[in-house]
Amino acid sequence: MEKTEAHWVATIAAIAQNQDQKAFAEVFRHFAPKVKAFLIKSGADVSLAEECMQDVMATLWHKAHLYDPSRASVATWIFTIARNRKIDLLRRYARPEPEDLPWGPEDAPDQADVIALQQESTKLAEAIRKLPAKQRELIERAYFGDLTHSEIAAETGLPLGTIKSRIRLALERLRHAMN
Amino acid sequence: MPAIRHHIPDDLLMGYAAGVLPQAFDLVVATHVSLSDDARARLASYEALGGAVLSDLDQAQIDEDSLDRTLAKIKGMAPEPRPEPSRGVFPSPLRKVVGGDADAVRWKGVGLGAKQSVLCSDGEATARLLYIPAGQAMPKHSHRGMEMTLVLQGAFRDEDGVFARGDIEVADQQVDHTPIAEPGEDCICLVATDGRLKFQGLLPRIAQPFLGI
Repeated sequence: MEKTEAHWVATIAAIAQNQDQKAFAEVFRHFAPKVKAFLIKSGADVSLAEECMQDVMATLWHKAHLYDPSRASVATWIFTIARNRKIDLLRRYARPEPEDLPWGPEDAPDQADVIALQQESTKLAEAIRKLPAKQRELIERAYFGDLTHSEIAAETGLPLGTIKSRIRLALERLRHAMN
Repeated sequence: MPAIRHHIPDDLLMGYAAGVLPQAFDLVVATHVSLSDDARARLASYEALGGAVLSDLDQAQIDEDSLDRTLAKIKGMAPEPRPEPSRGVFPSPLRKVVGGDADAVRWKGVGLGAKQSVLCSDGEATARLLYIPAGQAMPKHSHRGMEMTLVLQGAFRDEDGVFARGDIEVADQQVDHTPIAEPGEDCICLVATDGRLKFQGLLPRIAQPFLGI
């Protein structure tokens, strides 16, 4: 049975709080083969993809306490780690990353925000599955790095408005808690 | 958070999310996102798109000892420290490249009190810091490719209005502009270009070979 987004969020929390190896093994079984597939689609050969995927999953363990479920789904968070590692390896420079917000356990994200983000992530995934094949393929090619930046036109038809507003709200609450 | 009036276009955020921008543009986007929660939320939505693409992939075959080797890697790595709240003029992605805040930049004078410092250049695109004394004009220029200018300190004004800390201007080759630093604080900008700048006017044209722009 397909695991819910809430399940994966709880699994990452178990890794962060208890260094839970069983939880890690479960995340690994589900996501490691997808990360490897993503790296192969992005042009890495099979052995580089395996090596790089292991780096990504090891990074996940060490960054688990920095994962904020009110701003990204687990799949999205893993995607960003994989993308960064891919650039480090294939393009041989440390990718500049935005400064992260210094939130900690004492200002943990609002549960309502976490649930809303999980719902929006599920809806987004469904909406993308329903896009015309051509548009879907174009999005996939963009994220596999098959398009240059000048070929990525602003994709106005994408159903990103609601998830963006949700993340914006979560950021506002986080800023408020930090002040 | 500065109150941002000039925002980054979506195609650049999507390009950054997909990881297809040249390094110089990555640096400007990461620095801008550090200063703008609006850009951060928009970027996060394009990353959510990447997460959806990842979720939908068929699983690739992984090595039999994959999990064990990953657990061995984990033992050798230090946990990631929590980010510190940043103070100063430069957000952390820029500070990493410079090796410090604004006072650590190794400037080179380019005439009339203006200074620059090239941060990275890989044949595809170049990122540089520009320092323009308050009230002074940047040399009039146009360019063949795209140019992104992010204000970090002070402000400048051009045909499109006033740009202050956190504001970003994206110009294509059609734009032929003459930014002037506003009075008050000296202006520091982070600029990425993917074509050579073309200066008009005698003095800047003489200076161009020395600027390496």
